[in-house]
Amino acid sequence: MAGSEHEVVGTSVLRKEGRDKVTGAARYVDDIRLPGMLHGATVRSKIARGKIKRVSFSPEIDWDEYIIATAKDIPGKNCIALILDDQPCLADAVINHPEEPVVLIAHPDKHALARAIDAVVIETEPLPAIYSMEESENKAEIIWGTDNIFKSFLIEKGDVDSVWPQADRIVEGEYFTGAQEHLYIENNGMIAAFDPAAGITVWGSLQCPFYVHKALMALCGLPEEKVRVVQTETGGAFGGKEEYPSMVAAHAAILAMKSGRPVKIVYDRLEDMVATTKRHPSRTRHRTALSKDGRILGGEIDFTIDGGAYATLSSVVLSRGTIHAGGPYFWPSVRIRSKAVATNMPPHGAFRGFGAPQSLFAMERHMDRIAKALDLSPEEVRRRNFLQPGQTTTTEQIIREPIHLSGLLDKSLAHAGYKEKKEKFALENKTGSIKRGVGIAAFLHGAGFTGSGERYLDSVVGIEGTADGNVRILVSSTEFGQGTNTVLCQVAAETLGIPYECIAIAQPDTIIVPNSGPTVASRTAMVIGKLVRSAATGLKQTLQLDGTLAESYTAEEFAYACREYVARKGVLRSMARYSSPEGIYWDDVKYKGEAYAAYAWAVYVAEVSVDVTTYSAKVEDFVAVQEIGKVLHPVLARGQIVGGVAQAIGLALYEKVLWQDGRMVNGQMTNYIMPASCDLPPIRVIFEEIGNPHGAYGAKGIGELPMDGPAPAIVNAVVDALEVPFDSIPLLPEDILEGMGPQVRRQNGPVGSPF
Amino acid sequence: MSVNGVTRTVRAYPMARLLDVLREELDLTGTKEGCGEGECGSCSILMNGVLVNSCLIPALQARGTIILTIEGLAHDDRLHPLQQAFLECGAAQCGICTPGMILAAVHLLKNTRRPSLEEIREGLSGNLCRCTGYLQIFEAVTKASRNEVVS
Repeated sequence: MAGSEHEVVGTSVLRKEGRDKVTGAARYVDDIRLPGMLHGATVRSKIARGKIKRVSFSPEIDWDEYIIATAKDIPGKNCIALILDDQPCLADAVINHPEEPVVLIAHPDKHALARAIDAVVIETEPLPAIYSMEESENKAEIIWGTDNIFKSFLIEKGDVDSVWPQADRIVEGEYFTGAQEHLYIENNGMIAAFDPAAGITVWGSLQCPFYVHKALMALCGLPEEKVRVVQTETGGAFGGKEEYPSMVAAHAAILAMKSGRPVKIVYDRLEDMVATTKRHPSRTRHRTALSKDGRILGGEIDFTIDGGAYATLSSVVLSRGTIHAGGPYFWPSVRIRSKAVATNMPPHGAFRGFGAPQSLFAMERHMDRIAKALDLSPEEVRRRNFLQPGQTTTTEQIIREPIHLSGLLDKSLAHAGYKEKKEKFALENKTGSIKRGVGIAAFLHGAGFTGSGERYLDSVVGIEGTADGNVRILVSSTEFGQGTNTVLCQVAAETLGIPYECIAIAQPDTIIVPNSGPTVASRTAMVIGKLVRSAATGLKQTLQLDGTLAESYTAEEFAYACREYVARKGVLRSMARYSSPEGIYWDDVKYKGEAYAAYAWAVYVAEVSVDVTTYSAKVEDFVAVQEIGKVLHPVLARGQIVGGVAQAIGLALYEKVLWQDGRMVNGQMTNYIMPASCDLPPIRVIFEEIGNPHGAYGAKGIGELPMDGPAPAIVNAVVDALEVPFDSIPLLPEDILEGMGPQVRRQNGPVGSPF
Repeated sequence: MSVNGVTRTVRAYPMARLLDVLREELDLTGTKEGCGEGECGSCSILMNGVLVNSCLIPALQARGTIILTIEGLAHDDRLHPLQQAFLECGAAQCGICTPGMILAAVHLLKNTRRPSLEEIREGLSGNLCRCTGYLQIFEAVTKASRNEVVS
């Protein structure tokens, strides 16, 4: 897998669409204007739960200037089709969460919308609402199905009930993670246009063109060929543009169909923050049986996430969180119970990591708790329990990769200067108001859809030779900063043996590209990359079998052969369809077997300082060591890790969603704080490359991995610095103040009112 | 006002946001809106050489000024050294913060020709990026400051 074997793969070619991005030429949805276009807006519920009694329109507005749409104007089914069809596009009779869409309005002048939104009065009869997982579990009200549970899973390995008597020590812990806003800098937006003959077309900011396509078919009551979805340049997504764009597209489509004119809906920051999805809040309980030398004998893990008001993707987020809950450790026996429960909050959704950052936070905090209970070092307790090749995961997947987690641990500790820092801080922390600490997290992230998911997706990719002798990739995989365009073009160039510059990638447009599945789950480089390689091989073989191209050839000869073939036969295209690797076994009912074709593995080390006069924690240094298979593009890969670590530092220390009656009350960048350039430490990124037979040129998934480890590493470091256990994120100064309790406040003298 | 070296005349409401005037009246859509309240810096431009958030500037205030937007940086096919460095260092991922970030960097390098890492962090602290974690942006600014004299 040495980089020198390859010409293009493994090199840092320039980002395909990079020039347009640095010159401002790239066209995002809000940069597009169509003739006669109206601007649309959404009128939303103010209450969390209740019945809609009446919708009225205040007379101070000349409503004749506006197009108005309600649920009655939906031509097809009033739902956002996804996994279950429980989420309405526009609430009709009942409200199930704050900011639920009820009425749509459109006007030629976007500045005429704000006043009109306020002039729509939704009269409601409130019903008791549920705002926490506990209330939902207690069934104070039944707000979804018969028991408020969207989905539950049970993983059982071995006989965990028999291990408790053998245990030298039993360690318990309870861990919480909060909601997190994606905060992509480009808000959600869509443009829709309707033509009775051609059907509905939408252009917009999105991750999964065929998810939107499916939702619009159901909503508009139109056949496949009369729905067209085009992705425009997308200014960040992080999972936040996986499911919600279907809602925005649906709203724009309803207004476009009613008005007969193109309609653009672009959210402002406040609307995007309060109304769209966030990372699922979670609670994890661990009870672990241990031998006195620190080996895990077995344990029970209970993982619960808050799904919000509708099912959306919660079942799948729960699945990934459940499978990752045992971390990179060997469990001789384990029972993992998990559930996603309903509350009257806006639905929580996909966010980079997809449930794994939540359950791994718990696992990695718990490892430190175990270490403390057994008087072992955090590194030693991990070392004694790391999965080894040949052992099985919690789903009884045999580890066939030659992984060496202790090696990753050693490397990360060495890069961090961990041992020296531990000794130094232990001395220094005895005095002064700045306390320092270091913390570790070891973790894994499965690439691609879970279990049989990739087989159901049945992804197809295409590649074609063009009349001018170039090559174009046809995939529905989208670019939103992570490097899809670049990496897939590298794979095609490498396979065809022609320069990267000769490869283009089609704009994702459902009438042009095949369905290669959604751009999620760290699947693009690995799964789609491999399919692009296979399709490119097919293209080359077509030309060679035809006699147009010799066995060995130059780039010029390849271009000539393409031109010849297209001139003669019209179309030169090669398609490839996913087929699951041999020997992959997965039981969807028992949740047993090969959960993922490949895992990325990592050990991260964080150094923090905590100022005990202001109670603020800061990350001072960060080391990220990971094995991600072949690194296809060093600059992009490093960018993914550093960016993910930064976002996870936000999750750990800065980003707190404040809720009031189910509504986010700090929906602005002023009071929901993400890391700025001054807030981040040096982040040192080290890659190990073992390779992966299931991925393109040995690649694994990378995008989500860096979201999993930083929060527990950072909180473990804070605990190391203060010697106070913190088991909840985000950890803001007020949380540290509270956690340190009266004892510390006494030591530091009166603090007065902290607020 | 002078926009990217060309005199432009626009009729606008006095309190119209300069951001909207640039995007809607002059079709300079490289200037992006991220938050509309001066927090994210995506709409950063240079007005009379000063870095401003164009979402907070009323059109009235822009009358007679010299405006530089991202569209005014490259000369024909030749990228500005900062644009080239952003491209090479991986400093642009999704690209939505990139125009504002590059203009903030132009402003920084105009005042501090060889900025230290701390000065870069400080100089770009009004511009939020959610993709990169900033490190590759810092590297791009450093590279541009070393490679070329930025005018």
